[in-house]
Amino acid sequence: MSLENNVLLRVEDLVMHFPIYRGVIRRQVGAVHAVDGISFSVKCGETLGLVGESGCGKTTTGRAILQLYKPTSGRVYYEDIDLVSLKGEELRRMRRKMQMIFQDPYASLNPRMTVGEIIGEPLMVHNVATVKEIQERVEHLLNLVKLNPSFASRYPHEFSGGQRQRIGVARSLALQPSFIVCDEPISALDVSIQAQVVNLLEELQEQFNLTYLFIAHDLSMVRHISDRVVVMYLGVFVELADRDELYHAPLHPYTQALLSAVPVPDPVIDSKRKRIILQGDVPSPVNPPSGCRFHTRCSIAEANCAQVIPEFREIESGHFVACHFAERFM
Amino acid sequence: MPDIMLDVQGLETQFKTPDGIVYAVNGVSFKLDERETLGVVGESGCGKSVTMLSVLGLIPSPPGKVADGKAFFFGEDLLKMTTEEIRHVRGAQISMVFQDPMTSLNPVLTIGRQLTEPLILHLGMSKKQAETRAVELLEMVGIPSAKERLKDYPHQYSGGMRQRVMIAMALSCNPQILIADEPTTALDVTIQAQIVDLVKRLRDELGMAIIWITHDLGVVAGIAQRVIVMYGGYFIEEAPVKELYAYPTHPYTISLLGSLPRVDENEHQRLCTIEGLPPVLYSKPNACPFAPRCKWAIEQCWNENPKLEQVSSDHRVACWVDTKTRGSRS
Repeated sequence: MSLENNVLLRVEDLVMHFPIYRGVIRRQVGAVHAVDGISFSVKCGETLGLVGESGCGKTTTGRAILQLYKPTSGRVYYEDIDLVSLKGEELRRMRRKMQMIFQDPYASLNPRMTVGEIIGEPLMVHNVATVKEIQERVEHLLNLVKLNPSFASRYPHEFSGGQRQRIGVARSLALQPSFIVCDEPISALDVSIQAQVVNLLEELQEQFNLTYLFIAHDLSMVRHISDRVVVMYLGVFVELADRDELYHAPLHPYTQALLSAVPVPDPVIDSKRKRIILQGDVPSPVNPPSGCRFHTRCSIAEANCAQVIPEFREIESGHFVACHFAERFM
Repeated sequence: MPDIMLDVQGLETQFKTPDGIVYAVNGVSFKLDERETLGVVGESGCGKSVTMLSVLGLIPSPPGKVADGKAFFFGEDLLKMTTEEIRHVRGAQISMVFQDPMTSLNPVLTIGRQLTEPLILHLGMSKKQAETRAVELLEMVGIPSAKERLKDYPHQYSGGMRQRVMIAMALSCNPQILIADEPTTALDVTIQAQIVDLVKRLRDELGMAIIWITHDLGVVAGIAQRVIVMYGGYFIEEAPVKELYAYPTHPYTISLLGSLPRVDENEHQRLCTIEGLPPVLYSKPNACPFAPRCKWAIEQCWNENPKLEQVSSDHRVACWVDTKTRGSRS
């Protein structure tokens, strides 16, 4: 496979608006600006972490990339093929290469199907294996995620949250994809179980050279698993950089506030850290603020922040930031 | 010497389920000093919430039952009180903030109505007085244009604001003890930082004692003075916050701290995992409940459940093993 600069996925100006209808004739009265023009690329074999607060458009981004939502506008290139323009069978064939792990392991497994049926379903739907092959493959997949192959005949309710999430991981691997969107795969799990699932994801990545888009709101976990991290706020990207660079030298005031808000499990260090407390709540994505979307809560905002939309620019090699005053923090 | 406000001794709570009796809390004892902040840490199902609910007589019976124990609040045993007597304590002298602010507020009553109710009930205020006080309370927890917002319903508030309302409600009768049960778990990190900051400020202003229940070792590090770690319905470690994070002694505490990624982590290492699952106890164990998951377990661990014992002046641990020498402690 020869891809330019090893780029597996390239997103250009992706926009996803959800219309709001009102009244008897269901007239469109507005739209939720869930994702509003984001561009980025993901390299083969890397993990791109996507962080932001709830409602900022992280999940929508993941789903729009996989064409689970039809984007309002923009392009998504996977191996240089534009997914947005694909339809029917062609799109279905591309879907084999990209899969998703969902947030809630209790809601994402059908309670009436056995584990074997759940994991084998993608193979059945895509018609790539015989019944016997599917059985073998399911056993192999259960082994891969460190579950007992005899579990194939059991039902999801017999499993704990961590085990269910492993089943979800096995299902996502069934078609041997190269790209997986992990949508908050661990936030519903207990602390001691989270580490198990994260280690599993890392091992599988090494084994199969997988590429992850890892969506999460837990900044510590994102730092742990990602190579590069992008921070999202109200439907737009505010900062993207290599993991260590972003955590050591964040240039966007929102990233700085977000990082400072994360508690460190060490009382001595925690008491020395300076905490930036943001005032108020995230504004509504139905009427996002003009200009820079963060200006309503920003401590360094000036008059033109409310008018001019800051460009998402490359301020240093590989470090993108959308702030008029990012240079001040360099 | 500060006075002991709450002295809980040998508390045991059990639940009758179709699968048998679940031993949720098994003989726990703790004291709470005036103006002290106590953190209670553990995974879901470890009994941390049940312990506090038992103390307040909020365990639904049946199926639950507080089987044994005493809970002295200024010398009076809360567990011996009649329903009527304990109602005067709850909400007035000891109050509680719950995890999910949406389900703990009544959706069909205005915030004003819900906020004035305890004032009228416990403090015997007139409706007018109560409304004035409610406005003060909302202002105290940082809700802008408090007077108008009294007429709003819970759904018109954001998640962070609802939790502020819950805190205002809990503080309305100037309680001596505030029990906060995972108050920030449902919130984003930036909002969590706001709430933690608010509670710390109010604690210093009003001089109350706090019991902060959480699974997040990071949050506890920032707010508590003393921490109790729970596992399988037992207290397994108790120490002042700095001591606990600097010298965690119980294998569970050590592993739990090791399984956390940190936002200030510098080298990438695999996370330590705790294999297996937290237990549900259908009988009182005659082994250490953590033994099946413990890397350090020795023969003694399987034969006898260790008691909480002192290892240094105010550090108590329930473990047979000295993790440094891997031998028995005694």
